[in-house]
Amino acid sequence: MKAARAALGLVSLFAATWAVAQGTLETRRSGYQDMGAALRQMQDDDTANPGMLFVQLGAAAWDKPAGASGKSCADCHGAASGMKGVAARYPAIPPGADKPVDLGGRINLCRTGRQQAEPWPAEHRDLLALEALVALQSRGEPIAPPADPRLAPFRERGAEIYRRRQGQLNLSCAICHDDNAGKQLAGVVIPQAHPTGYPIYRLEWQALGSLQRRLRNCLVGVRADAWPLDAMEYVELETYLMDRARGMKIESPAVRP
Amino acid sequence: MTRAWQLAFLLALAAPVASAQEALRPYVVTGDAIQRSLTGRPGDAARGRAIVANRSAGLCLLCHSGPIPEERFQGTLAPSLAGAGSRWSEGQLRLRIVDGARLNPDTIMPAYYRITGLQRVARPFAGKTVLTAEQVEDVVAWLATLKE
Ligand code: HEC
Ligand code: HEC
Ligand code: HEC
Repeated sequence: MKAARAALGLVSLFAATWAVAQGTLETRRSGYQDMGAALRQMQDDDTANPGMLFVQLGAAAWDKPAGASGKSCADCHGAASGMKGVAARYPAIPPGADKPVDLGGRINLCRTGRQQAEPWPAEHRDLLALEALVALQSRGEPIAPPADPRLAPFRERGAEIYRRRQGQLNLSCAICHDDNAGKQLAGVVIPQAHPTGYPIYRLEWQALGSLQRRLRNCLVGVRADAWPLDAMEYVELETYLMDRARGMKIESPAVRP
Repeated sequence: MTRAWQLAFLLALAAPVASAQEALRPYVVTGDAIQRSLTGRPGDAARGRAIVANRSAGLCLLCHSGPIPEERFQGTLAPSLAGAGSRWSEGQLRLRIVDGARLNPDTIMPAYYRITGLQRVARPFAGKTVLTAEQVEDVVAWLATLKE
């Protein structure tokens, strides 16, 4: 027992030293790693992960013609598997635009521009379901924000929001998610806030929800004025958070408490 | 487990804002303390304990732990409140609750009796202190009883 533990200790010491030598000591953790075994299991098992039910809805929506064009996503994009890697590089600036959109915004551009249908409102079930379907294709892919210099000012504004104190409780995202990550806020471990799993199935919601919705929960918690779900501030925050999580693996649709 | 934090969120919204429209009572800072009661009267320690334990009123146990055993979920962002009454005088405790940033500008502890210097406060809380003057006095009275 003792010997085994000592050996294990040595192995992890070696692993850490090796990682430092390689310059790759990974201190970033996904919220997944802060969850208990039961929730991790639920996320890992596609037959137990409630997010996968939404992926099925998304697959049906993918094939369904919509709008004046009478075209489905599949008509233009073929199989959903062609979307591999896409979720890992959003928010991005679409062709002809000058502002980034998140994945949901990108899908809505096709909905309005290509299908000639009404855009889905934020948190609409079909939109979330298609996001889940598209994001699933990037599961296991490293987060890889585009090297587009036009993103820089948006990322910087996101970083600025992240560090600014706000709300009646006068707290910043950074105070909780950088300075106190891993500690317990009442009974809850504060995660590092990496957007690896969106859209997520959150048990508190009993539903699939977007990163915007998750961020609103945090804003309400510090008694700050929460921006409306379609506000640019969320895209800016996401642009910063995705850069901060660069290289971490997509795990959508994730399960969170 | 998450219920606690979520509950704090929910209650935070639902809670009546106790300090509605009350004008801020003036106070004098002497050294690192506010010597005189904000209300001119001593607080009620039993009420103070309830405020500290309440996740939508005091919110203290989001960050602190303390001798309130029936509250299972306590925070680890801040030192235990146990013994606070032996480390600090009532006047020192009062300033730490009213506006701890006067002592440590980087503190993460909210100023419980201040309405200035805040950004983007949600409508229902705008212009209001986290606790009323009476509540601050109740909390100070309870903290002062924590001798060990
Ligand atoms: C009429 C053809 C057409 C339809 C229908 C269509 N799209 Fe597109 N989509 C495109 C084209 C073309 C692009 C390339 C970008 C551009 O020029 O807008 C694109 C880009 C995208 C992208 C970004 C890909 C990337 O690499 O960044 C996503 C995601 C996407 N579409 C999702 C969807 C979804 C989901 C639907 C169904 C709701 C859909 N599209 C329907 C033509 C279509
Ligand atoms: C008072 C501390 C606190 C503040 C301030 C705060 N959060 Fe959070 N945040 C939490 C906690 C606790 C959780 C996990 C909640 C749970 O598991 O129920 C969380 C969850 C998250 C998640 C989900 C991570 C995942 O694994 O999916 C993200 C993203 C996030 N926060 C971003 C932010 C951003 C951006 C801000 C600033 C606008 C912010 N938070 C402000 C405490 C905080
Ligand atoms: C957001 C987190 C947070 C909340 C909420 C909070 N505190 Fe604090 N508190 C701290 C931190 C951190 C310190 C350590 C000193 C510092 O950083 O200013 C502290 C220090 C203190 C101290 C001095 C500690 C000592 O004995 O040395 C007292 C007393 C105290 N807090 C009481 C309270 C009470 C009572 C409440 C609720 C009305 C409360 N705090 C709410 C974070 C918090």
